[in-house]
This record gives sequence, C-alpha cells and structure tokens, in this order.
Amino acid sequence: MNGHNIMTTAIENNIRLLEARKAQVQTKGSEPFNIACEKQSVAGSVSQRACVFCGSRVVLYPICDALHLIHGPIGCASYTWDIRGAVSSGPQLHRMSFSTDLQEKDVIYGGEKKLEKALLELIAHYNPKAAFVYATCIVGLIGDDMDAVCRRVSAKTGIDVIPVQSEGFAGSKKDGYSAACHALDTLVGTGDTSTIGPLSINILGDFNIGGETWVIKDYYERMGLEVVSTITGDGRVDDIRKAHGASLNVVQCSGSMKGLARMMKEKYGTPFMHVSYFGIEDMSRALYEVADHFGDKDLLKRAQDMVRDEVMRIMPELRKIRQDLQGKKAAIYTGGAFKAFSLVRSLRTLGVKTTIAGSQTGNPTDYKQLAELCDDGTVILDDTNPLELAKFIQETDTDLLIGGVKERPIAYKLGVAFCDHNHERKDCLAGFEGMLNFAREVHGSLCSPVWKFSPFRQKHKETTEKQDIFKPKATYIPTNVVRPGETSGGGGETKFATLTIGATEVAK
Amino acid sequence: MSLLRHTKGGEVHERQSLTVNPAKTCQPVGAMYAALGINKCLPHSHGSQGCCSYHRSTLSRHYKEPAMAGTSSFTEGSSVFGGQANLLTAIENMFTLYKPDVIAVHTTCLSETIGDDIPQITENAIDKGIVPEGKFVIHANTPSYVGAHPTGFANMTKAMVDYFAKSTREDKVARRVNIIPGYVEPADMAEIKRLAKLMGLDPIMFPDTSGVLDAPQTGVHEMYPAGGVTIDELVAAGDAQQTLALGPVCSGPAAKALYAKCKVPQTTMGLPIGLAATDKMIMAMRSLNGGFVPEEIKYERGRLLDLMTDMHQYFYGKTVALWGDPDQLVGLSELLMSVDMLPKYVVTGTPGKKFLKRMGDVLGDKVHESFVRQGPCADMYLMHQWIKNEPVDLLMGNTYGKYIARDDDIPYVRHGFPILDRVGHQYFSTVGYKGAIRVLEQILNVLMDRQDRDSPEETFELTM
Ligand code: SF4
Ligand code: SF4
Repeated sequence: MNGHNIMTTAIENNIRLLEARKAQVQTKGSEPFNIACEKQSVAGSVSQRACVFCGSRVVLYPICDALHLIHGPIGCASYTWDIRGAVSSGPQLHRMSFSTDLQEKDVIYGGEKKLEKALLELIAHYNPKAAFVYATCIVGLIGDDMDAVCRRVSAKTGIDVIPVQSEGFAGSKKDGYSAACHALDTLVGTGDTSTIGPLSINILGDFNIGGETWVIKDYYERMGLEVVSTITGDGRVDDIRKAHGASLNVVQCSGSMKGLARMMKEKYGTPFMHVSYFGIEDMSRALYEVADHFGDKDLLKRAQDMVRDEVMRIMPELRKIRQDLQGKKAAIYTGGAFKAFSLVRSLRTLGVKTTIAGSQTGNPTDYKQLAELCDDGTVILDDTNPLELAKFIQETDTDLLIGGVKERPIAYKLGVAFCDHNHERKDCLAGFEGMLNFAREVHGSLCSPVWKFSPFRQKHKETTEKQDIFKPKATYIPTNVVRPGETSGGGGETKFATLTIGATEVAK
Repeated sequence: MSLLRHTKGGEVHERQSLTVNPAKTCQPVGAMYAALGINKCLPHSHGSQGCCSYHRSTLSRHYKEPAMAGTSSFTEGSSVFGGQANLLTAIENMFTLYKPDVIAVHTTCLSETIGDDIPQITENAIDKGIVPEGKFVIHANTPSYVGAHPTGFANMTKAMVDYFAKSTREDKVARRVNIIPGYVEPADMAEIKRLAKLMGLDPIMFPDTSGVLDAPQTGVHEMYPAGGVTIDELVAAGDAQQTLALGPVCSGPAAKALYAKCKVPQTTMGLPIGLAATDKMIMAMRSLNGGFVPEEIKYERGRLLDLMTDMHQYFYGKTVALWGDPDQLVGLSELLMSVDMLPKYVVTGTPGKKFLKRMGDVLGDKVHESFVRQGPCADMYLMHQWIKNEPVDLLMGNTYGKYIARDDDIPYVRHGFPILDRVGHQYFSTVGYKGAIRVLEQILNVLMDRQDRDSPEETFELTM
C-alpha cells in the first residue's frame, strides 16, 4: 500500500499532467481501475505516437517479394525506408524506398497519372509478385482514386496491385494495422492449397526482426507442424495466397494481425489463437496451446521435450544474470499493450520489478489485464509524453527503460539504462534464445560501469565531494555562448559583457 | 548477396514519376531542427501526428538526443474543417504544460493543402488570451511538395527574422555580427562562434543548436537545455553591423529578409568547409573588426595547410561520389578540388536555383568530367546506376549511402544529415580550419585502410 501512496502523491503533486490526460494515467491499487485510452492524442502534447500509414507500412513491408510504393510527398517515404530490421531470407525488394514524391502541381491537379506511370515503370523494371500502394494523408485530401488506378494497372500488368487505405490522419497506428489486414485479405484465398496437410498453421503477427520468425518457425517445425505462411515476417506473396489452407492461425501481438485472423475465420472458418513469444513462460505456453489445439499426443510430447531442452540450455546463464539484476526496477513503454504483458513476466524471470507500464495504443481490456499482472503501485500509462515519462522514472527511482527510438535518449539523458524492444532491436528477442538475448541486453545496459558517473544514480549513494564538483547545472550557459547585456529600454545602447578568450581580453 | 542487387548498371534508367531511395527528406524536419536552435522553444507540427513522430525520430536517431515537439494531432474532422481548433488547443496546452518561451509552428503537407492560415490562427490565440504575456508563437510554411529539409530550415530561420528582429537605432552596433550558420551540426555552430569571437566580434548566431542537441547529461530531464539563441538576441540582430549568411540555400532568405526589414547589410557565402571557404569567412569577419586576424587563427590555418601538404600525394586523381544538401555539396566539392580530388557524381534532391551554377564554378574546367543532378529524380538510385557504370574511389554523404558502399565495396565517409548509424559525429565540427583537418583525416583514413586491405602481401607496408 505504501507504494500506492507514493505513486498517488507523485501523480497529484509532483507531476503536472494536462487536465485532459489525467484519466490516461493510473496507479495499480488505486481503485477502481478505469483508465481512459483509445483516444486521439491531445493536441499539443508531445505524443510518442505515430500514424495510420506508419501502422500499415511496418506491418506489410516485411513481404519481401512485393513492391511497396508510397503515394505521397517524399517525407512519408524517406522516414520509412528500411526502418526496421525485418530480415528476409531471399529477396530484398522491400528494403528499397519508392515514392511518387508528389510536387505542388500534383497536389493541385491530382496525382493519379503520376501514380499509374510510377507503378507501370516499377512493375516492368522489378517484376514483383504483387504491389502494395500506400495512401498518405495528402492523397486522402486531394481525392486521388487509388482503387481505380490499382485496378487499371492490375489489368495491364497481370499482377495484384493492392491499395492500402492508410491516410495518416484517419486514426492511429492501430487503424493502420487494420488497413493492412484488409490489403492482405485480398491476397489470401487466391493460391492452391491441395498439398497442405492437416497439421498446419500460419504464423501471424511476427515480423522477423532480428530473425525472430525463423526461430519461431523452427520450433513449430520441430514439433511436427507445417508452417504454411509467415505473415508477414520473411513473407512471400505466394505463401500468403494459400494461407487459408492452414488449419490454425497462431497470432502474435493482439494489435496488428488480429483483424486478418478474424476475417479468415469468417471467410474460411480458420480458427485462431493468441500467443506471445517473449519470455520463457509465454513461449512455452504458446507451444503447448498450439499442441493442445490439435489434440495430438506426439505434438505435445515433442513440444515438452523441446521446451525442456531449450530452457535447460539457457537457464545457467539466466541464473547468473538474475543474481546481478535482482531488485532492480524497470519502466516499460511499448507500441501495443500485448507486448507489455510478456515484458512484465520476462522481467520477473530476471528478478526485475516493473514500476511503470504503458503503451501507445492499448485498449481497456489490455490495460486491465496489465494492471492485474503488475504489482500494486505500478503506474499504468496510455499514450504518454517524454515529460511524464521522465518524471515518473525519477519519482519511482527506476533503473531501466524499455521502449523505442524516441524513448532511448530520454533514458540516457536521465542516466538510466535502456533496452530497445521495438523497431530498432537488432537481436532476436523472441523464443528461448530470445529470452537469453533479452537478459543479456538488459544486463549489459543495467550493469554498465558508465552509470557510476551518472548524476542521477549518484544521488542515491552518499553525496561525494566529487559529485558536487562535477555536476553540471542545468542553467549554466557555456562560455562559448555570448549573450548581449540587458538592453536599456527603447533603443538605448546595448552593453556587452567583457569576454575572455584564451589569454586575450576583448572589451566590447 | 548484394543488398541492392536490384540496381544494375547499363543504360541509366530514366524516370519521371517516381523517386527511388531519396537523397532528401521533407521540409518540416529542417524547420524543427532550426526551431530547436532557439532558446526555450518548442517546435510544433501543425498536421497529423505521424509526421511529427517521424521528424522527432529522425532527429533523435541523428543526434541521439530527445527532440521535443508538439503536434496538432489532425483527425479526419480537421482535414475537412481545417485545423484551427486543434492549433488553438495545442497552443494553450503547450504553454500550460511545457512552458516554452516560443512555440515555433511549422506546417505539414496536410495543413498546407487544407490551407490553414497560421498567422490568423495565432492572432486569434493572442486575442483569446491563450498566449501568455511575453511569450511568442512564430510560424513557417513548410509544404514538402515544394522543397526539402534544407528549405524547411531556411523558412524557419527566416521566420526568426520576420517575427523578432528589430531596428532600434540609426547607426548599427559596431562589431555585432549576425551569423546564420546553415544546416550544420551543433559542433559546427560552436566552432563558427569560436572563430568569430577570436576575430573580436560579438556574434549573434541563429539558429544555434549547440548546447541544445549536444547537451551534457545532468541526471534530470531538461525540456529546454541551456543553448539556443534567445529572443533578446534575435531582437538585437536588427541592430547588427552585418549579417554573414553561410550557405545561400539555408541562410540566404533570412539574411535578405533582415536586410529588407532592418537594413542590416548582408554577405551570403558558402559554408566554411575547407581552407579557401574558411579564408573567405575570416576575410569577411576581418572587414568588420578593423582589419586584424589574430595569431591563433593564423596558426590554425597554417596547421591545416601543413596537413594538406602532408596528405596531397595520396589524394591525387581520386574520384568521389557526393550526395546531400546543396550548401554542403558545394563546400565539400570545393574542399575536394583543393586537394586534387574530383567530385565525379553529385546528387541532391533539394531544389534551388543556383546550385548547378555554383557547382559549375567550383568544378571549373573539370566540369565536363562530372555528373551533377538536382531535383526529384536525383536520388541514390540514380547515383548507384552511375557508379555501377563507372565506379569511384570514395563515397561521401549521409547514411543513405551505406547500401552502395557495401554493394560496390567503396570506401565511405559519413557527412551531413541524417547520419543514423553512427554515434558521436555531432561532437565534431567539419567547418573552419580545424574542421577541415577532421574531414581530410577521415578521408585519408578510409582510403588507406582500403589500400592496406587490398594490397598483396609483398607490397603491404609498414609505412605508407
Ligand atoms: S506529409 Fe509531408 S510533412 Fe508529413 S512526413 Fe510526409 S512529406 Fe513530411
Ligand atoms: S502525412 Fe500522414 S501518412 Fe504521412 S507521415 Fe504524416 S501523418 Fe503519416
């Protein structure tokens, strides 16, 4: 309960929240739990969120033998060029950045012609398996009929040209996931499924960052399952076409691919289940549940053996790492809320306590579940901003932040360890070996000797003389910054301070 | 397996309708960077939140620093009815919560196309009393379908003049000089100020991101680090004796506006990259300080010259491919030419009238040996095709060149914006005499590393 009190005070007294944001921050233990979420960001808040287009783009781009053309001005394309390490075992076409680079005259007269020309040129040149065309905000506004252009080009070239209705302003990243699912839905069901057996699955919602899809696929195959398609990590158009032939959709990460699973259930009756591949607990549970679904004893037996072997392989090192991490505190800020659950559990495996947990796009059920999972006193956040995040980290004396690219420098400026569990993670963090990689990453940052020098960490130790000598003042102005003296009212002489430069005194 | 094996040599594939692997990014990121160079300023992106998120991420990836900015968070409604309501709420919220001295609003493609009138909305905000006493809202229009990130930088820098500079007296303040540094790193801005002060001048630099995007770790979250030009300084810029605009694309418009508004004479010149360009800047400063150049600067110059002499034998006849911002490209080309290297391929996605002519001047009689291209289809793809047809000895430019460097195994020096895959560059300046020393050292290192790697055992030598 003590933790709770501290938190409440923190929220009420020390942290000024935008009035409109108060409901989006809650403390576990402060009943009743009723967080506000799924709201548009408050205008003017330094939100960490992205747009619809961003959601569609990250979800579809790992399909590596498709062409991805962004219809819009240049920025939308250049920021999403090879933006996350979705690895391909074959084609690399997805890593090129194609943009119609709309210019003023296109904005005035429309960009349909340009789009059509670009598509025809690209398709002729690269001969892709399919093409995705992404709509950005401005396309929505100037009213280009992307559907019609795509249909025309499809007819001319004989390949599927799929419009993705991802105008940025039409919601959040989540809506982008659903636009992506609609696009995928047009491919599914167009391939031949005659060779697919009954013990078969699709892996949905894993994007092969750091080769994660490969790891997961390998587990399932070792169990004796046939993996029909991976959507979209290391994805191939032709595999997606026959995805409806699989007996089960295994969906990771509630946000992004749930929509497709639902559509496939409706259309083809394919059942689906939700899993997570992060952490020992969740990974094992995923394999067991899939085995259970098929009700096949051999599958289950092989899953059990595999889990045992894999856990035994990583346990010795995990134990060692846990000794160093025991009692440390972590803050989690993820894109989707689902990942946060796994992270809380994984951190627990490492002896690390979660003090702050939040996401950009969670829904009420997510947050409720998250709150249940967390200890009393944990701050739960929806769509936070750097100021809040930094304040809470300091108030809760947190040692580690887990987040994405915009969170990293916030952590480092505070002198707090960081682990990227988002687009910019480089190692595989899924599966059993992923758990070990995660532990190593957390360990590497948390136990780095650099924090010894950090003012924030030093505060918690005895104040040393040295710390006082070297602590920079936030208000200090470096000597190389010259400020004019006070201007003495309307148009008077401006006085400049005397400046010392090296050994020479220059009087102004 | 090559990463960009989709790019082949042969006949250069001409395109009109699309850009492949752009050598540019969009206006607002430049405006955001410039705005961060004002003390206690919160940049604000008037558009949907996606743009803002991308721009902040790009700045964070490049500078490894938090980059703060608000967004109007457009919805479907705002795209139909305009973004006035969003901007008013945003201004109110930002002043309440984040307490900036200035909010610097830039537009995005969306709000531009809708046609929101920012000054009118701002006036509305002032009338409604939601802009606190002594605080300011400034703005720049930054549609990305005209121009690119350097244009956005130029527009926001010009806005600083439009909103703040004031002429308060008949005569100008002697030795007070405005320096508009162009789209350069925080370390470059600090270096230029250092030189100006050594020259006995009182520089007002705007924008000035030194001390903002290279701030020290303090253990607290600094919403506004100590650096940046202050409002007082921006006002005082109107009484300066002279403006030095470094880089016509990024700094020219602000200098011209300052002349028009406050009659501050201006000199627009290239970025001080390399010996000759730095000389030009120092000479311009000398005309303001009574005609002296301090020993310290002469000494620095002499050291650079000495180094160039030591190195020149290794540079002879080497060819280079360059891409990035126009001002940087002209400066780098001049530096390369001065050590007998040839900028063989040069591309920029940023439009601007005089670039080709400036490049022509720098290249002189070598102009026929170079390919220079500007505009929407001047992208990394085009450059790669050129290189496939006839390779070069060195690549210089932002991170987007790494695919080519790997695919064609060419030595590569990162320079410009953005650099997303290396840490520390923001601390080292590449302007002035000292900066040139760093650039030349970087170039020679990669060339010699390559020589060491490739030379057969019998010619692999201890001394080179
Ligand atoms: S819409 Fe315009 S401002 Fe926004 S990211 Fe795209 S190019 Fe940049
Ligand atoms: S313009 Fe729209 S689609 Fe493009 S980045 Fe901005 S919010 Fe996203």
